[in-house]
Amino acid sequence: MSDVTGPIVTADGVPLKRKLAQAMFRSRARAFGLALPLLAFIIVAFIIPILTLLWRGVHDSRFADYMPRTTEAVAQWDTKSPITEDMAAAIVADMVVAKKKHTIGRVATRVNRELPGTRSLFTSTARKAKKMKPPYLEALLKKDEKWGDNATWQAIKITAKTYTPAYLLQAVDLKYNADGSITRQPERYRIYMKLLIRTMRISLIVTLATLVLGYPVAYLLSTLPVRTSNLLLILVLLPFWTSLLVRTTSWIAILQSEGVLNNLFVLFGITTDQQRFSMIYNETGVLIAMTHILLPFMILPLYSVMKTIPPSYVRAAKSMGARPATAFWRVYFPQSVPGIGAGALLVFILAIGYYITPALVGGEDGQMISNMIDFHMRKSLNWNLAAALGAVLLVVVLFFFWLYDRLVGIDNMKLG
Amino acid sequence: MMIKKLIAGVAVSALLAGAAAAGTITVVSWGGAYTKSQVEAYHKPWMAKTGNKIISDDYNGGLSEVKSQVEAGNVTWDIVDVEMSDAVRGCDEGLLEPIDPSILPPAPDGTPATEDFIPGAITDCGVANIVWSTIYAYDTTKFKGDNAPKTIKDFFDTKKFPGKRGMRKTPKANLEMALAADGVPADQIYKVLGTPEGVDRAFKVLDRIKNDVVWWEAGAQPPQLLADGEVAMTTAYNGRIFNAVAAEHKPFKIVWDAQIFDFDVWVIPKGAPHKDLAMDFLAFSTATKQLAAQASWISYGPARKSASKLVSTFHNDPNLQMGPQMPTAPENFKTAIQNDFVFWADHQDELNARFNAWLAK
Repeated sequence: MSDVTGPIVTADGVPLKRKLAQAMFRSRARAFGLALPLLAFIIVAFIIPILTLLWRGVHDSRFADYMPRTTEAVAQWDTKSPITEDMAAAIVADMVVAKKKHTIGRVATRVNRELPGTRSLFTSTARKAKKMKPPYLEALLKKDEKWGDNATWQAIKITAKTYTPAYLLQAVDLKYNADGSITRQPERYRIYMKLLIRTMRISLIVTLATLVLGYPVAYLLSTLPVRTSNLLLILVLLPFWTSLLVRTTSWIAILQSEGVLNNLFVLFGITTDQQRFSMIYNETGVLIAMTHILLPFMILPLYSVMKTIPPSYVRAAKSMGARPATAFWRVYFPQSVPGIGAGALLVFILAIGYYITPALVGGEDGQMISNMIDFHMRKSLNWNLAAALGAVLLVVVLFFFWLYDRLVGIDNMKLG
Repeated sequence: MMIKKLIAGVAVSALLAGAAAAGTITVVSWGGAYTKSQVEAYHKPWMAKTGNKIISDDYNGGLSEVKSQVEAGNVTWDIVDVEMSDAVRGCDEGLLEPIDPSILPPAPDGTPATEDFIPGAITDCGVANIVWSTIYAYDTTKFKGDNAPKTIKDFFDTKKFPGKRGMRKTPKANLEMALAADGVPADQIYKVLGTPEGVDRAFKVLDRIKNDVVWWEAGAQPPQLLADGEVAMTTAYNGRIFNAVAAEHKPFKIVWDAQIFDFDVWVIPKGAPHKDLAMDFLAFSTATKQLAAQASWISYGPARKSASKLVSTFHNDPNLQMGPQMPTAPENFKTAIQNDFVFWADHQDELNARFNAWLAK
């Protein structure tokens, strides 16, 4: 028994293991080098913007930047004791500078978000700030009694924080108070959780609907002779290649109260002219349009997986005495699960971020969380809140991704 | 050598002069009949006079595009037609160029521009061109004779006047109209709306018709909604309804009770690529002649007193006097409410949040 358990070496005496690692490293480096442009592109065009956006959701340095003295003065204030002359002097000094530099509007907008009505308080006081003389607290109170309210200064204290949880909390209908406590928003302002739940519900229904509608189509496509199936595949792809806007607006033409479908219903006496169905500008419209638009995203992965399932398996099952239903359920269906997983995840994640279709056909009860993000980006200009809502949405998507991984396993997914 | 340099210099300066003479500016406005009136009254004469070109772009109001362009340091718009509240807000936030009122030409009789404009029409960063108003209009084939709606109250009464209602998807104007319908006099509206009880009261009125409302966003939508029979009445910008009636002969009628009037204002985004040309266009387009010419295309009141006197007839119908079609005509103006831009700058965020939550309920 010779104990040749030493490492296997190559011709030049280097252990094979190391030689192999070297060769692997070289090819890996080459592969990495080839992927580098794409990686750089993803970092610059995708990762950095997303991180910046998320950062905006917790970071707002406007007040601290433009009103440094006030920021310092309110840091020591306990939110309950009376306003001091120091605080008043600091804010007057800051306002003089902010007025001159045209930044007072930004400051006012920020504080106004915490306490409505403070915008004009800031802009109008700033106009007079230059002429104010000590004692400043008295001068401020003479200009507007609101300067004596603790509520005004509490709002200032909240906004003076550079890193703030206020936006994230607002995105889930909570309110961040000056003393650091967190309470629920008053009922009349609660909206985001409701929209988030609705968004998830709509996405789930659309995912299920595309599955129910898409599965038989994909099955048919995968079993037909190639020539026929290619022809049918074009019918699936044709709408896929048509602009999203065209498809959405054509649903408006079909579903509106004076639309094609309602006219047919009236013609056939299913309903009367006065009681036409409202199938658009509500959640029904969103469900119908989104299901149609997202259907190809379900059919294509399903089709590509089903194409690889040998028909002989089902035949074998039947030849061994399984009934068609059993053969399908026990033999065919499990093999198509990777396609279902891919399609469902694709449709669900696309659906959860949808906003053009709900904006066009959603009316009021069909609005989704993305429409609110859009609103804050384009209308209210509250980009911080938009970023916070985006962060919440991202967390939800990641949660579903994790859930999917636990339930189905991400390795089980097949896109083709 | 010397001569060569000279020739080159002349050629270069000629090129530069040529480039300056044939500049192109991007003018952004609200689209549809309104932009058309500006193209006819402002753009075409200016282009003919200066040899410059105008690219006309449409948007739906608000400061978002301006804000993103200015913050990204990539401004592509040269001059924008905005609502007064946005002009003031944008100025406060440093998004707009200040405008020196001395560039504005005087009235034909020599009155300086600062006195010729309606008070409040010139602000630090904006110059108003028109007075427009939010009114409501109905389909005359659906409501006839004594059964036609006459007051703002009728708009919120779906029992007496059945049918869907169109409203702009914003609390602005809707809350004011709701309070007016609830009996609050025009001069008290914003005082009441400034209190939490007042806001509750306004939303309670809106609750009455909430299930019958079709919400619109672009100014061109309400006449379309009326024409398609989607709604029986709708709030709208008065010029759009006028245009649908005058140019397209639609059976619509405006109810002026509790109209909410406001200025539309030219502003120049900070860092606009062709700022000087934009300033020139601004001064040109807000001159008496141009404002009066615009009034022959759409029923928005000119922001200059001298232009109001020159308002004549509709551009393709010499029998249609434009004067009585204006929001400022005495018989239309009795119960008018002036949009309070300070109030909206203060309470916009809060009321938007409330309005959105109310919509989603």
